[in-house]
Amino acid sequence: MTPEVALILGIDGLANGAVYLLAGLGLVLIFSVTRVVFVPFGDVAAFAALSLAAFETGRMPATVWMVATLAVLALAVEVRSLVVRGESRRIPRALVGWGLLPALPCLAAWAIAGRPVPALLQVAIAVLLVVPIIPLVARVALQPIADASVLVLLIASLALHFLLSGLGLLFFGPEGSRTAPLIGGALSLGGFGISHQVLLMVGAAVVLSALFFLAFERTIAGKALRATAVNRIGARLVGIRPARTALLAYVCASLLAGLIGVLVAPVTTMYYDSGFLIGLKAFVAAIIGGLVSYPLTALGAIAVGVVESFASFWSGALKDVIVFSLLIPVLLARSFFSVHEEEEEEIDE
Amino acid sequence: MSSASSGAMLEVGDLHVAYGRVEAVRGVSLSLAHGQIVSVIGPNGAGKTTLLAAVMGLLPSRGTLRFEGEDLRGLDVEARVERGLCLVPEKRELFGELSVLDNLMLGAYARRAGSATLRQGFDVVYGRFPRLAERRRQRADTLSGGERQMLALGRALMSSPRLLLLDEPSLGLAPLMVQEILAIVRGLRDEGVSVLLVEQNARAALESSDEGYVLETGEVALSGASHSLARDPRVQATYLGGTADGE
Amino acid sequence: MTAQARHRAAVAVLVAAIAIAPLLLGKFGVSLLNDIGIGTLVALGLVLLTGIGGATSFGQAAFVGIAAYATAWLTTAHGASPWIGLFFALALTGLAALAIGVLTLRLGGHFLPLSTIAWGLSIALLFGNVDAFGRHTGLANVPPLKIGAWSLVEPPAIYYLIWALVGLAFLFNHNLLQSRPGRAIRSLRGGAVLLASVGADAFRVRLTLFVLAALLAGLAGWLYAHMNRFVSPSPFDVRASIEYLLMAVGGGLGHLSGALAGAAVVLLLKNVLQDTLPLLTQRAGQLQAVAFAVIFILLLQYARGGLMGFVRRWTRGRFAAPEVDAARFADAEPLPRRTLPAAGAPVLAVQGAVKRFGGLVAVDDVSFEIRAGEIVGLIGPNGAGKSTLFNLLTRTLPMSAGRIEFLGRDVSTLSQQRLARLGMARTFQHVKLRPQMSLLDNVALGAHGRTRSGLLAAGFGLDRVEERRILAEALRHLGRVGLAGRAHELAGSLPLGTQRTLEIARALAADPVLLVLDEPAAGLRRQEKHSLAELLRGLRGEGVTILIVEHDMDFVMKLVDRLVVMNFGAKLVEGAPAAVRADVRVQSAYLGGHDATAGGAAGEARS
Repeated sequence: MTPEVALILGIDGLANGAVYLLAGLGLVLIFSVTRVVFVPFGDVAAFAALSLAAFETGRMPATVWMVATLAVLALAVEVRSLVVRGESRRIPRALVGWGLLPALPCLAAWAIAGRPVPALLQVAIAVLLVVPIIPLVARVALQPIADASVLVLLIASLALHFLLSGLGLLFFGPEGSRTAPLIGGALSLGGFGISHQVLLMVGAAVVLSALFFLAFERTIAGKALRATAVNRIGARLVGIRPARTALLAYVCASLLAGLIGVLVAPVTTMYYDSGFLIGLKAFVAAIIGGLVSYPLTALGAIAVGVVESFASFWSGALKDVIVFSLLIPVLLARSFFSVHEEEEEEIDE
Repeated sequence: MSSASSGAMLEVGDLHVAYGRVEAVRGVSLSLAHGQIVSVIGPNGAGKTTLLAAVMGLLPSRGTLRFEGEDLRGLDVEARVERGLCLVPEKRELFGELSVLDNLMLGAYARRAGSATLRQGFDVVYGRFPRLAERRRQRADTLSGGERQMLALGRALMSSPRLLLLDEPSLGLAPLMVQEILAIVRGLRDEGVSVLLVEQNARAALESSDEGYVLETGEVALSGASHSLARDPRVQATYLGGTADGE
Repeated sequence: MTAQARHRAAVAVLVAAIAIAPLLLGKFGVSLLNDIGIGTLVALGLVLLTGIGGATSFGQAAFVGIAAYATAWLTTAHGASPWIGLFFALALTGLAALAIGVLTLRLGGHFLPLSTIAWGLSIALLFGNVDAFGRHTGLANVPPLKIGAWSLVEPPAIYYLIWALVGLAFLFNHNLLQSRPGRAIRSLRGGAVLLASVGADAFRVRLTLFVLAALLAGLAGWLYAHMNRFVSPSPFDVRASIEYLLMAVGGGLGHLSGALAGAAVVLLLKNVLQDTLPLLTQRAGQLQAVAFAVIFILLLQYARGGLMGFVRRWTRGRFAAPEVDAARFADAEPLPRRTLPAAGAPVLAVQGAVKRFGGLVAVDDVSFEIRAGEIVGLIGPNGAGKSTLFNLLTRTLPMSAGRIEFLGRDVSTLSQQRLARLGMARTFQHVKLRPQMSLLDNVALGAHGRTRSGLLAAGFGLDRVEERRILAEALRHLGRVGLAGRAHELAGSLPLGTQRTLEIARALAADPVLLVLDEPAAGLRRQEKHSLAELLRGLRGEGVTILIVEHDMDFVMKLVDRLVVMNFGAKLVEGAPAAVRADVRVQSAYLGGHDATAGGAAGEARS
């Protein structure tokens, strides 16, 4: 291995790490507020990528139908829950929130499909199209068991992954696609080039992380989110509704997933199930952060990206095995450093 | 004991609350008028904390629960907070990783207050608890036990509560501190905040309240005006360390 | 017909049905039943590990795969007999489970299930990427099983082997759960501290269970390889693991029978979907995954107790499993007892105990002694540090500084379970009973440290003599606390006072030198407190030394020989009850006012 090769691998690792960083932030965000390890995060990112690919080939993405179906389901569940609780007067608001809002990006997608529109608009709509997915899916599958143990939520989350990836195959088919780079060209640095796409990925990670940090520290919604994550009961006692903060967390995570999808789409061929592996590696990063610390997650993400890069140089086939096996020592280290209450995790009681 | 009178702010009637597999509160009735401090005393495990949790909505219950005539039954915890009930639980439930300032700010969350109202609120709290002002940027989990208690109370005050539910405010506090806190509580009452005070420190509780209830194994054993209760021989023997030698 | 007889009849009917099924069903039906049998083995391991042991595994399919690939490789690449393959497969699976378990089973909280995803994924990925295993094409031409001249190639032939093994597995596990190691396994969900308090090491119990579950999966893998005669990576990935979990959860995690019910339902459903979905849509394969996911999510939302959970509710104990009959062990030889120290001999000595939590000093240089035959009370107002000191004494928490001697031995760094075995038995402030276990079993758990039957002895039914002695002992202690008549009731149905008494019986079953009670009177009614005090006085009369940590001054006043009072983490006063009560410092600590005379300050109520 020459220094040049190492540098290339390093930069590659950084680019992947940037993606894992954003995904890791999304995973930690969801977990800290809802105690859900959101396994299907990567699947949603893949949907954004595939949606963009559809726009580029002049078609309306099948995501529209997915979102529409999910919206109908979520609306049904919400209305039923309101009626059962005797709060039927809230139904109009539910209709707007769970029915109208998800419909907007769908309408936009339908409007621009097949028309000559600026690439940036296609990217934006592709991202907005997947934003409703995580909140809708969570409303249907996770909110009814919101008070269950982390374990039950984890099982539900895994089931959700198979659900979404199954739907992905159903709606998008088995073919893979690759989109045009968001920014063409490359930067020349003393002898070799770093593609602008890579710079965009890293730049996006930095900017989004900064925005994330600011939102958490400076806005009241952000503080409410942190408060719910830190102490759920305390949050309720000051009037913060867990369901509402959960919704906010899911929407933000969905947005992140969409952004990741459009960032990765030009770089690799995306299939309906490519998201899973991305999500899992981001998950390793999130575990390094203990599922609570954003800075550590960021560092972990870069570490995972770089390790993966070098591992693939050593053995292309086994690189995923190496990355996932690394999860075990990470879990060990994590468990060692955190204090556990003796939580009796009953699935069936 | 005065039963449900039309002027009652809080009306609890034949309340039953289950905690896990045990029925921790069994048919408790109490009422609290506007501008009153009512204390609930009794030994460990008597159901006092469970009672407060049920009033706040953290635990489901059977029986009557009315606040200003409105049935609290259909309201979740957050809705009760919006109506002006505020619980300072035994464990305080502060946001440890957030600063004192943020904890206070979130205390006013339900009021959706503008920055002017917030600043007013801060002034009041810092005025009462100058030590919190000194430590406003510190993380809440770096405060001492007494300071955390002050922060918990301060956070409650930020919500401008109409009914304050205090669970063992004297817990872990030095006697001098306890007197300070209770003086603040009495001051609140004078400003029109009603208080339901749960305490193991019977003497302090009865000294500061207008009416008292003695809770034992989930039931009301005794009730009446606080100063009468304090002179009741049974209360003295059990809770006030009287000279009687017990049975 | 009694409930037990009905239960036995139901089992007999099931066994008969399984025996004659191949005669009635066609080849396809028998193949399906074979698959169900294999699935049942894996699900059985999961019911044990997850349902009873409380450790969720998302990686059981990996163990199935290790065994399948091991035997396939050995028999194809090296031409060995499949029976050698069995030993090889089980050995490899067992070793893998041991290694993984040692590394990961100490993980707490949700980290443990996450780790199972990690190795489940890695191992599954490994199968598809190693040349010797044929990569994604897998290994073909795996030889079939042969017993003598009999080839088990045909489905009906291997059927009986599979179901015989399933039957043996059920028998083994059934025996296991009714034994000493079984009680420890059933108490895993009560927490490591509970197990340590009776002298068991939760980690070792869990590890043994983990390996057992892996071996069951391994057995299934071996059968799979020689039945299908072909192995490839896909049946051993995370999706398969989730499917096994669905079988266990869907069948019902609470009981062994859930494994069979779940495997049957899931595989039948899979078959039905495979037949009907293609009629509806061309993309049937994907819909099946979606359908299963939806079913699982609905299950988690509405029916977490699984199928057997429903069945249990319908039948309401009309098919109860056979109970242990008290008369059958009345003549068992009693367990050996400890010699208690002479009255007045030092039992426990605490010297300069300190506990710091960051900057907070919860216990500040506390020293005192307990001598044999005394009842000592440790009291103090809320927040005084009593509970922390209690945890230091029982070795639940490590000390920051200081020394503890028990029966003359320095136990300052001894583990909880070793201390329990030395003769310190404790109860808990928040009662730690196993609600789904009978009173008898809960108390029998207390004798864990005095006996030795292991997993194999229990599974093969070789521990019956010791088991009878344990149950006789447990019944005796139940009698001591007045609960003998209710030995077979479930502990979860008891009121709090009785639960506390039951915990004391469990502590007594450990034949302790020192009994340490954590706020035993909390939440008890007056009558229950009287009974408790009577019980404790009786125990002192029999030579048991007792330390009570209590908040209720009144309760301890009339009971103890000596009182140690704590406040703000330090020892305030020590001495005879009357003297302590009259002490001004004690009064002001409890009452918080300088005016300790009765009724004095009341007049200043209003400000």
